[in-house]
Amino acid sequence: MNVVEASGLGKRYGRTWALRECTLEIPAGRVAALVGPNGAGKTTLLNLAVGLSTPSAGAVTVLGGRRAGSPAALDGIAFVAQDTPLYKTLSVADMIYITRTLNRRFDKSYAYARLEDLGIPPKRRAGKLSGGQQAQLALTLALARRPRLLVLDEPVAMLDPIARHDFMATVLAAASAYGVSVLLSSHVLTELERVADYLILLSRGQVRLAGAVDDLLATHGKASLEELALTYLRETPAEVTR
Amino acid sequence: MTAPTIPAQPGADLSPRPLPWRRMAGVTWRQHRYALVGVVVLLGALAVWVWTAGTSLHNAYAAAVACHPVNSSACVNLVVSFNGSATDKFMGSKGAGGVLLQVMPALIGAFAGAPVLARELETGTFRFAWTQGFGRWRWALAKLVLLGVVLAAATAAFGALVSWYFQPESGANSQIPGLYEASPFGNLFSLREVTFPAWTLAAFTIAALAGMLIRRVVPAIVATLAVYAGLAFAVAAFLRKHYLTPLVTSNINISLPGGSTAWTIGQWTTKGGRFAFAGNPPDSLVNQLCSNVPQDKIGPLGFAPCLAQHGYTQWTSYQPATRFWPFQWIEGGWLLALSVLLVAAVIWLVRRRAA
Repeated sequence: MNVVEASGLGKRYGRTWALRECTLEIPAGRVAALVGPNGAGKTTLLNLAVGLSTPSAGAVTVLGGRRAGSPAALDGIAFVAQDTPLYKTLSVADMIYITRTLNRRFDKSYAYARLEDLGIPPKRRAGKLSGGQQAQLALTLALARRPRLLVLDEPVAMLDPIARHDFMATVLAAASAYGVSVLLSSHVLTELERVADYLILLSRGQVRLAGAVDDLLATHGKASLEELALTYLRETPAEVTR
Repeated sequence: MTAPTIPAQPGADLSPRPLPWRRMAGVTWRQHRYALVGVVVLLGALAVWVWTAGTSLHNAYAAAVACHPVNSSACVNLVVSFNGSATDKFMGSKGAGGVLLQVMPALIGAFAGAPVLARELETGTFRFAWTQGFGRWRWALAKLVLLGVVLAAATAAFGALVSWYFQPESGANSQIPGLYEASPFGNLFSLREVTFPAWTLAAFTIAALAGMLIRRVVPAIVATLAVYAGLAFAVAAFLRKHYLTPLVTSNINISLPGGSTAWTIGQWTTKGGRFAFAGNPPDSLVNQLCSNVPQDKIGPLGFAPCLAQHGYTQWTSYQPATRFWPFQWIEGGWLLALSVLLVAAVIWLVRRRAA
């Protein structure tokens, strides 16, 4: 089963195509990294996959053929948006209540156990938490929904190195222990090295490269994901500096 | 790092049954409790004020009605005292409270309605809310309906209190002529138990739509107040009088006690079946025909009786006081229909909006 399938997918804002003729299949059970410079179309692709926006061209399905944004798709996908938006005036417990109430499945005891491990008091307002704690709260809420696909948009961009490490450790633990497929976007290549086993390279709204990391490294004769990505992005220098 | 303890994944079904609507009650309460408590506190404080003023008005009315003999100076004083409190008290024609109450539907609706979508769009939390299993258009519809119903109930209760306040003035069978002065159409027509919730709902849904379009809370509130002011003015000045075809009478006594509870729409005069003039008679005509009428004989009817003797017929179009409730329901009805349309527009935008 493919967790995301796009064919000829395109998204236009006004006269600019943010994403063009995107065709890809991301298999289940992977931690897939969506890599590319700022403005490459990463967020656009993720928004289409989670159903926040609708395609201008082509189609995208998730979790084995479900229309992105359909009730069945929303049911199985947990999305943590860029800058992890939370209701800042609500308490952590209220955020848990809201997420639990708005979803079919929610593992409340898991959520509270994890927050206790993280030292996040349930009565504290979400807005009073540190950036790292807010990211961890958003991730906890997403994982407690027991999704089949976890989509993360630039999850660590705003975090300090320790918070980044903790965040990624949580993602990896969930992915390896319970078979949650992960799709995450990032322009921080070093973070992806440890976690990603599937790569989608995006630049100027088009997919440049997609495949399992091991296969790609073997095919292109590169030692690391970072080297591979940089080489590929350097081949189109104008796009990297954008 | 503690390993997460997610239980095994149950097979999710392809077309899951939608989550029950009632789940949104707790969500809506948690997100909008400050707005809802604020509305209740505001209306509660105003209710105490209306109730206090209303009690003294009712007491003055009861004293005036119970007074015998009616023509004694003591009784006349009581009537004068009641009329004074009816016009001077905060909801009377000279009171500032009436103006304050007029803006309440706009304020309540704007402050409760604008954040529903604008705050989500402004802070980015729509990306959280709209990717949950409940589904985004159902989420938006449930919130708008729940908040709308609560606001309507609170403002309807307040509107009933306003109607109670006006009871002495619209007591049509009263034996005290002075009590007839107010037309029910004039005194805060839009703040009764039908129109107050209807106007509040309209403001609320205008604000929700403005929030969806503008995506910023404060500009959405400002836009709502502007649109509402324009709408309220247009309705009061142009639309309301046409809800039902006005009645027309040639009885010049329409403005006398007993008739003044009617709402006069227009007045014109004919002579020999031909249109002569609209409104007040021109000075030239009065000087020509009625210059001999002594100043102290010009009653509330003006020169109409004099002109009638010269073959002029004064016509008055008016809405009788008995149409008060039909007018309430007509205004409430179309405002409710407008609100439903606005909610539909919001839902349509929520469904199609690209993130």
